[in-house]
This record gives sequence, C-alpha cells and structure tokens, in this order.
Amino acid sequence: MTITTAAHLDSLVIDGVTLNSRLIMGTGGAPSLDGLGAALKASGTELTTVAMRRHNASAPGSLFELLIDAGIRVLPNTAGCFTAREAVMTAELAREALETDWVKLEVIADEQTLLPDAVELVEATEQLVARGFKVFAYTNDDPVLALRLESLGAAAVMPLGAPIGTGLGILNPHNIELIVGRASVPVVLDAGIGTASDAALAMELGCDAVLLATAVTRAQDPVKMGEAFRHAVIAGRLASQAGRIPRRTHAMASSAMDGRPDL
Amino acid sequence: MTERSVDVAVVGAGIVGLGIAWALAESGRTVAVIDPAPATGATYAAAGMLAPVSELHYQEEDLLELMLASAQLYPAFIEPLGAGEAGYRTTATITVGADPADRQSLADLRRAQLAHGLSVEQLTIREARSREPLLSPRLSSAFSIDQDHQVDPRRLADRLRSAIAAMAAAKRWTHDAFIQQNAVALLHESDAGSRVNGVALADGSTVRAGEVIVANGLSAGQLEGLPEWLALPLRPVHGDIIRLRIPDRLQPFLTSTIRGLVRGLPVYLVPRADGTVVLGATQREDGSGGVSAGGVHQLLRDAQVLVPAVAELELIEVIARARPATPDNAPLLGRVTRGVDAAEDHIPGLIVATGFFRHGVLLTPIAAQHCLRLVDGTADGRWDRFRPDRFSSPTPRSSEA
Repeated sequence: MTITTAAHLDSLVIDGVTLNSRLIMGTGGAPSLDGLGAALKASGTELTTVAMRRHNASAPGSLFELLIDAGIRVLPNTAGCFTAREAVMTAELAREALETDWVKLEVIADEQTLLPDAVELVEATEQLVARGFKVFAYTNDDPVLALRLESLGAAAVMPLGAPIGTGLGILNPHNIELIVGRASVPVVLDAGIGTASDAALAMELGCDAVLLATAVTRAQDPVKMGEAFRHAVIAGRLASQAGRIPRRTHAMASSAMDGRPDL
Repeated sequence: MTERSVDVAVVGAGIVGLGIAWALAESGRTVAVIDPAPATGATYAAAGMLAPVSELHYQEEDLLELMLASAQLYPAFIEPLGAGEAGYRTTATITVGADPADRQSLADLRRAQLAHGLSVEQLTIREARSREPLLSPRLSSAFSIDQDHQVDPRRLADRLRSAIAAMAAAKRWTHDAFIQQNAVALLHESDAGSRVNGVALADGSTVRAGEVIVANGLSAGQLEGLPEWLALPLRPVHGDIIRLRIPDRLQPFLTSTIRGLVRGLPVYLVPRADGTVVLGATQREDGSGGVSAGGVHQLLRDAQVLVPAVAELELIEVIARARPATPDNAPLLGRVTRGVDAAEDHIPGLIVATGFFRHGVLLTPIAAQHCLRLVDGTADGRWDRFRPDRFSSPTPRSSEA
C-alpha cells in the first residue's frame, strides 16, 4: 500500500534536523530485535529513542547497530533516573557514546506511576542546557511546567498523555491544547498512547509529533500496529491543518436545500 | 605438540554442547568436548523450565514448532541419564496474573496458545489456591499448563558429563573426552572454504576431527576459521537469577512451577525436589555482567506479589549470566553454506549450534538429535530455517573490496 498524501505533509524540523515522519518511536518492550526492526520500518519513523541505562552502546549486534543500519536517528533517553544528578550523568555518557547533543530527559518520581518529578526535571533541564545539550523534556501535562521548561531552554517539550505503559490515551486533552497553544518549541505527545486513534487525536490537538513505544512493541502484531500508527499520525496532522467543522447541537444537512425546485 | 584424533569435536560444554556430544557418543562415535570451564555459563544459571507452551511469544511460531519437538524428545533423552538424578519433573506449570491488565495479557496469550492447539486450562483463583495454597489471594487470574515441566540444568550437565566419561571408559577411548582448553581456531583441509578437519587450542595443540560442532554460545563468533562473510549475530542478554531454600516449616512450599505477570513484568518460581526454589529472571542488555541490585529487587518484589511467603525463604545464591541471543530469538543451528557458486551446498565437517537464548535447556534434545542426523546425513529439513547462515550473505568479502 502506498500513501499518496505525503506531498501534503510538512516536515518536522527540530534543532535544524528535518524529520519527514512525525512519529517518534521508543524501543522498550520489543520481544526480539528482528521484530523491532520490522515494526520500526512499518511505522516509518526517522527518530527513535533508546534507554541508555538499559542498552550498552558498544556491544556488537546491539540495538544501536540495528538503528544505524536502518538509517534511523537515535534520541538517547535517561529512563530509569530518579534524580537530576543521575540524568545529567546518563546524558553525558550518551553524548560520549553516540556523539549527539540530543537527549530525551526523563526524571521519574517513582516506579508505581513513572510520572516525572517536576522539581528534578527543572533542575536537570537547566544543567543540561548549560552543558550544551538539546533537551527534549518529558513532562507532566501541566501547561505551566511545560512553559517553564521552554523558558529554561528545552528544545522540545513532551507532555504525557497518560502514565508510561498504561495505554490510557490522552487523559487531559484540554491541557495538551493549552500547552500547544502557548509553546513556541515543538510539542511532542509522549507516553500513554494505547492505539492508533490516540495518536491521531494528539496530532489533531496540534502536537508536532507523537512518541510511543509500548503500544507497538507489546502489540500482538507489532508490524501491523506500527503501520497503523504511521497512518494515524499522518491522518491527525492533515486533520489539524484542514480546519475541522464546529461541533453543533443540532443536525445540519450536508447538502443545503437552497436553490432546489419547489415541487 | 599433542595432536588428538576423534570422530567429532564439540567446542563448548554448556548444556547444548554436552547434549550433542552425548548423542554422538551414544551413536558409537569418539568425541572430544573442548571448554576451559564446562557448564559454568548460562547453563549454570538456567532455571530449566521445559515450557514450550508458556514460552510462546507472538510472532515466534517457527520457534514453537522446534520447542514442541524438543519437549516431546525429553523423556527419551533423559531416561538413560537418570531422569530423577537430572531433576526432571513432570509437574504442571501454573501461570498467574497480578492485576487486571495482566489477566487481559494472559487471556489474550491463551487465545494464541489455543489457536496453536496447545492446552491451557483456565482456573479460578480458588482452584489455583487449592493446588498451591501459598499463592496470594489477591491474584487476578490463573491458568494451568500441564505439559510445561522442568529439569535441573546443573544436575543434567553433571549427568551428561558422567555419561560421556563412562562411555569413554567403556569404549577405551585413547584421548580425553573433556579438554579444558580454549578453542581458538577451526582447522581446514586447505583454504577457508574447504572441509573443516579439526580445532586448534590455546596451548598450541590440536584436535583432529571428522566433524566440528561449534556450540560455545556467545564465543562462537570469536572462533577463527569461520568463513569471513559469516555473521553470527550473537549478543549477550544478561539475566539475574536467585536461589532460595525453603525452611522445613514451610514445606511443601510449591508443587507446580509458578509463572506470573506482575504489572506486565514476567517472573517465575521453580520448586526443586531438593527443597530449593529458583526465582528468575531479568533480561538486561546493559552489558553489565555482574548481578544487578535493581534486578534482584524487582524479582523479589514481584515474586512476593504472587507468593507472599517468598519473604520467609532463605536466600542462598544470586548470580547473573549472559544468554546468547539472536535477532529473531531462534537458534543458529545447522551447516554453513560454502558460498553462492560452490558445487557443494555446505562446508563439510562444520556444524554450528549456538544462539539458544532463553531456550537452551529445552532445546538440547532437538539440537542433539539434529546434529546427530546432520552427521549421519539424515537431517530433518524442517529445521533448515534455523541455519546459522540465515543472517549472512554468502559473498566473500574479498570480492566486494
């Protein structure tokens, strides 16, 4: 199947890098490397995030080789860090190993919720920006915090739809709209996506991209789900630009009655 | 320097190498097993679940067929070795879920298991707890899988080594069956694509052999003399695993193997006949060979969700080992092609048997049978899909340059 609408799609530009796909994929939870590779290909993603604390960048045959072979850019992340200190150290290791200034900053409060710890997140963002990193800040769906991270120099803000791995979708669409409405850096909906319609909704709300992992890697057929998300993100982006109709209480016929013969 | 001569040289004395060596010795061939530290790698850590049904993963149906075939071979494979001494137990496996999402995952997986003709019986929590009273009352779901069994890999490895040694004595082999040396290179009749006829060892000595079987797990790729174009895409996936002793007052602790999902994370408890329990296992790709504190914490925490009395056990051992993983989670098993324009379809004298990942103990009988049949020239074509050259393109590198 080919997608003929690609010409309508504007690219996403972050830190001078052009991405033709607005779907950013995580890699956690994949049952096999081959399966992950096939799912990433089906998703059309050009940017993939990898947990630096869970993957050894120097091991032969590792995930990194797969991504390099597939021509997919790596966005290292600090998953598993509970303090700003750990996050900064992990980011430095990633910069050294992967030779990139990009880092997806995750500072988690606790294992039950995996929610970001706002105070540590702000602290780590400041430190990383000062060290020259391009910080993609994974944050709560809090419009005030998101703006704060932007003003501290985050290259992108990544509000969650719902806690990581829950698949609950976008729990507070209003807040996501508020963040989108006020941010001047790219907004990436990150975490909580369960199925394709959640990603389409994120794009319709005006997000610049969607980041997800579990929804694809733990699906029964990750390749098919990857392809579903590719379409969903395109559909949502087009819809957000196409100008949706207002919601009305009362019906309005799609073909107006004006100009018809009076019989 | 010493030059030994045998029918078959097996490089690697993990469970797979030992199983293959035993099958070939039983068939009347002389065998030498080369390993500086036999049965101390993944074999030493493995819990030994023989669980083709509960190990089913989506999109891995090819592997299921191999696992089922091997599980079927187990009783006949283990019988001459002493099933009891090897810790072979045919008790059932109970899979349980902790929260409602875990129940949904297990129920979805059960549909796939049933679609493959496997038998998975749904239990009420009450039924599960009447069989295993120490299971937590707060579980969300339980299933019984009668055909998933267990063996003790350490004891099985011991039995295999004794059986091979006994065979060597009875048949009056003139060489040592076990050579505690590093294998450094394959020896060829002439050039690199020609017949493999032996192994060079670290001390400079050699083992001449009619067939060489490369079964040394993650180290397979480092062996010199494999075709240059042959990529053996092996990577270490470390596992932390815990052994616990059951105090007398808690006996019988468990009779079935308990496999659970706790908030999406897998964990298992395998009760041994000797009064210990094996609790495992993490899957880490962080490259760290030591035991992970976080991994141990996770295992103990999740096991207590399923069986709260785990907290009452005595912790006797915590180790970590690397599993040899491949990109498709299936083994690298079979002969290696000679190249695109070669007259013969494979390099004579060479068989590869590695990359068994999570399944080495379960797949040992089928690996042994398949290698024996490859040597005999009667191999089952169904297993060609696991050939070790499936990730490589058989073009010599020199012609690309």
